[in-house]
Amino acid sequence: MSLRIVVTVKYVPDATGDRHFADDLTVDRDDVDGLLSELDEYAVEQALQISENSDDDVEITVLTVGPEDAKDALRKALSMGADKAIHVEDDDLHGTDAIGTSLVLAKAIEKAGFDLVVSGMASTDGTAGIVPALVAERLGVPQVTLLSEVAVEGGTVSGRRDGDAASEQLEASLPAVVSVTDQSGEARYPSFKGIMAAKKKPVESWDLSDLGIEAEEVGLEGAWTKVESAAERPARTAGTIVKDEGEGGKQLAEYLAGQKFI
Amino acid sequence: MAEVLVYVDHVDGAVRKPTLELLTLARRIGEPVAVALGSGAAGTAAVLAEHGATRVLTHEAADYADYLVVPKVEALEAAVAAVSPVAVLVPSSAEAKEVAARLALRIGSGIITDAVDLEAGDSGPVATQSVFAASFTTKSVVVKGTPVITVKPNSAAVEPAAAAGAVEALDVAFSEKAHGTKVTARTARESTGRPELTEAAIVVSGGRGVNGAENFSVIEALADSLGAAVGASRAAVDAGWYPHSNQVGQTGKSVSPQLYIASGISGAIQHRAGMQTSKTIVAINKDPEAPIFDLVDYGVVGDLFDVVPQLTEEVKTRKG
Repeated sequence: MSLRIVVTVKYVPDATGDRHFADDLTVDRDDVDGLLSELDEYAVEQALQISENSDDDVEITVLTVGPEDAKDALRKALSMGADKAIHVEDDDLHGTDAIGTSLVLAKAIEKAGFDLVVSGMASTDGTAGIVPALVAERLGVPQVTLLSEVAVEGGTVSGRRDGDAASEQLEASLPAVVSVTDQSGEARYPSFKGIMAAKKKPVESWDLSDLGIEAEEVGLEGAWTKVESAAERPARTAGTIVKDEGEGGKQLAEYLAGQKFI
Repeated sequence: MAEVLVYVDHVDGAVRKPTLELLTLARRIGEPVAVALGSGAAGTAAVLAEHGATRVLTHEAADYADYLVVPKVEALEAAVAAVSPVAVLVPSSAEAKEVAARLALRIGSGIITDAVDLEAGDSGPVATQSVFAASFTTKSVVVKGTPVITVKPNSAAVEPAAAAGAVEALDVAFSEKAHGTKVTARTARESTGRPELTEAAIVVSGGRGVNGAENFSVIEALADSLGAAVGASRAAVDAGWYPHSNQVGQTGKSVSPQLYIASGISGAIQHRAGMQTSKTIVAINKDPEAPIFDLVDYGVVGDLFDVVPQLTEEVKTRKG
């Protein structure tokens, strides 16, 4: 038996940088450093743990869709222990929205071959958290998403989803799409050995024609949504700051009463 | 007049507040037609009618509880086919967003998630979103298909508006795909008696400065005096001091209450991403250099174990 896992990862602008929009209202990637979305590290970690806990022969492929620099995100995942990587890069992808991204991912996952797709719960830039569900819909396989615990055994994936109202145990047959939360377990740091090994691991590059996708199906022109305007939120006017010298709580109560919160 | 589908988030017939907010927004675009699914669906009709639903489409089946997401997608797909709405509005809960996404794909439409406001535009609804840790505000439209838009809690005031609210049975036939992911067990979260975090008008949060699970009682006491929900920063959750379900921030809940009180929270970007759209922000922190003070309307530099209990006492006294 063998188990083919594809982990989808995203190269995102560093949240601690000065993120803003380019003139075409897409995210400006030139002015901010990028990195592997932190939430995708949990996905890589869970794939590695599934592999370590499996009696089967497991192959982990990391997949990303993004510009040239997105290879850095793949390298990080490879240095953590993934076996190989696929980079989908094409100039026509600029400005692709979530629906378009799910098309590219689904086509690439099908081409790579898979039994299980593992994703992070959301990207740290867009934060919508809908791509795993969209990919499951496109692939026509079950989604087992937002898991804080995940296990794969005998052709079945199971896990725990902690929602607002209840905690649920979920189960589906493979092939399936899984997404994991930041509660699934701390991601490992790449070891020196892992970093050296990653340099020798294969990274395939595919473009839209490799996936049979027409340019007009993706990109800014093909997007299903359009950003009409983006405005920087005005800086908050400086608030009142007091030092507690014994009356800080009372002063705060006075403020809250003035604002009619009490 | 054009009809707008509104997906109803309810627990055994009790409609959650974000759905009532959606009905207010839906009326700006057209006539709201509500879709209530699962156990107790018909029981939602009265309150939906009071808030403007002209029709309430219901379908009760065990499948909604027994299988994940897809049965709801297929029911909404049936509702879209039956109603031909000009837009579909869905609350921005984790599950409902997934339902909305798969629906959008099935009906060949674009999707906008986590809108914080909605208005009628020349070519359909225009959604406002707050992005990059709330440092930017964008306005977006769906350009293909029937706009599917998910809306965050506290994006509109709940406004009563009497309408017919006629209950009609929705005809739903589940495909094999609806039963792909089975829910094998469900443990209801124990109620704390406090408001739900994302819906609360006031949120009181604790962070690293709270320094221990046992000390969260100080935060809870303040929250209870104000009738508020309790939040926690990632540092506090990762330390095991408070449940993940109460985490405010990029990887937890995003909140937008009238009043947010941060205690012992430095205000890292990941936390700010989850609370920066709060209307009034108050912080209590020992470190005068903490970045949270850049956001506040009112800040107290001091030890939270002095300031918070004093504030709690004062709130109780003033409330009598």
